[in-house]
Amino acid sequence: MEVKLKVVNLSKVFEFNGNKIKALENINLDVYENEFLTVMGPSGSGKTTLLRIIAGLEKPTEGKILLDGKEVKGPGADRGVVFQQYTLMPWRTVLKNVTFGLELKKIPKNERIKIAKKFIKIVGLEGFEDAYPWQLSGGMQQRVAIARTLANNPEIVLMDEPFAALDAQTRVIMQNELLKIWESEKKTVFFVTHSIDEAIYLSDRVVILTARPGKIKDIIEIDLDRPRDRTSVEFLKYRKIIYDILKEEVIKTIKRGE
Amino acid sequence: MNLNLKDIGLKIFSVICLLVFWEGLAIYINNPVILPKIEDVLNVLIHPYVSLLGTGSLIDNAIVSIKRVLLGFIIAAILAVPIGILMGYYRVVYNFLDTIIELIRPIPPLAWVPLSLAWFGIGDVSMIFIIFIGAFFPILINTISGVKSVPIPLIEAALTLGAKGRDILLKVIVPASSPYILTGLRVGIGIAWMCVVAAEMLPGSNSGLGYLIMYAYSLSRMDVVIASMIVIGLIGLVLDKILRFIEDKYFVWKKMMK
Ligand SMILES: Nc1ncnc2c1ncn2[C@@H]1O[C@H](COP(=O)(O)OP(=O)(O)O)[C@@H](O)[C@H]1O
Ligand SMILES: [Mg+2]
Repeated sequence: MEVKLKVVNLSKVFEFNGNKIKALENINLDVYENEFLTVMGPSGSGKTTLLRIIAGLEKPTEGKILLDGKEVKGPGADRGVVFQQYTLMPWRTVLKNVTFGLELKKIPKNERIKIAKKFIKIVGLEGFEDAYPWQLSGGMQQRVAIARTLANNPEIVLMDEPFAALDAQTRVIMQNELLKIWESEKKTVFFVTHSIDEAIYLSDRVVILTARPGKIKDIIEIDLDRPRDRTSVEFLKYRKIIYDILKEEVIKTIKRGE
Repeated sequence: MNLNLKDIGLKIFSVICLLVFWEGLAIYINNPVILPKIEDVLNVLIHPYVSLLGTGSLIDNAIVSIKRVLLGFIIAAILAVPIGILMGYYRVVYNFLDTIIELIRPIPPLAWVPLSLAWFGIGDVSMIFIIFIGAFFPILINTISGVKSVPIPLIEAALTLGAKGRDILLKVIVPASSPYILTGLRVGIGIAWMCVVAAEMLPGSNSGLGYLIMYAYSLSRMDVVIASMIVIGLIGLVLDKILRFIEDKYFVWKKMMK
């Protein structure tokens, strides 16, 4: 297995009103090509910070990120991000949102419309090409955001709790769609979630961070064939394993009053 | 807006009340130098092409005023929008210009008249300068606040799609702040319109609706004064409506996002 993304000795300290907040401490992690890797941890454990550093939106205090062996120096189209909040451009239609990155790459108009339409179809929004974001539900907007990221053909897709705001049913549908895309498009995915169920259902490996400062507490390999049955005994066993590891860290967080 | 018949009826009724009150008062006062009758004013208004008091027709004077306003306004927009974008986007530019602007901005446009007359002499250039001053600041201030209100996540999303500084400016900042810029233009043209009428009332002026009003006043022709006031009001209303129409047509997304 080839390493796609390497996190090397990564630490991050935020300065906030003169206080220093250590968000991440000495993270070392390899994400393999075509892997679906999920990061979990109590809130404030630095999941978003880690993702943002990989995306190049935040600078590490120490350490570095290597993508295909090359050090990451800032944001770039090789690392696509699906954010937790909705970040579609409200003045652009669905189609024009999805073609945004392709425009920047100077791909000819006909071709970028073709690519965009393909991904709009993949996320199940065929027929909504000319709709504006405000005409869509939250779940649909997030699907457009996913299409926009995928259409840009990044080396790795970074997703920060992309389904957190969705209702349970939509969420399950989106998880299945994401898996389909991941399998058909052969993507490497770096996924952040709060949901143990989601993590086990989707991932090859689940990385669990400690309470702040975030360190890698454990990495659980999910050795189940897909599609996974959320009610199977093995699935529930993984649930218990991850739940127990997380519980310790969540309790630490709560005791600190965060 | 959803107006039912009752609402519309009331709106029309209030106008009728005003007209009846005016006409009654005019008959009672019986002195056209203080308050002319409606029919006298209407008589002026329904002959907009007839030369008045040897100074050209209502239309002629209105066109002169509109030309001045558009000229001053367009120059103001051409300068204020780019400066506002640069000030909103680059902190250095903002810090460099902010103090100067905050010092000049509170000065009412008409306070510039003496300087303007000294610099540009009596005539069109002076008036256009006053209009420019009036329109410049609302456009500038709205543009700056538009740029500053662009959500950071939108910029970050664009960065991760491969946008660089220039793309961010042209493909994110400018479109995202364009509703604010348009609001600035609308406020700016309103102020410009007020400035032109005031500027045309100054000594040395010999055309325009402001001039026509003052000249008619000196001849005690209050029917022409009020007819001109009505035209001034209507043109101001139309200018505002045009820009509101553009706002509603092209920036639905802005309203819907809120
Ligand atoms: N820009 C920032 N400035 C200061 N502190 C920050 C900033 N971003 C995150 N933090 C702090 O870093 C810690 C980790 O945050 P985050 O990565 O958002 O955690 P998570 O996504 O796991 O909930 C938190 O304590 C948070 O308050
Ligand atoms: Mg987070």
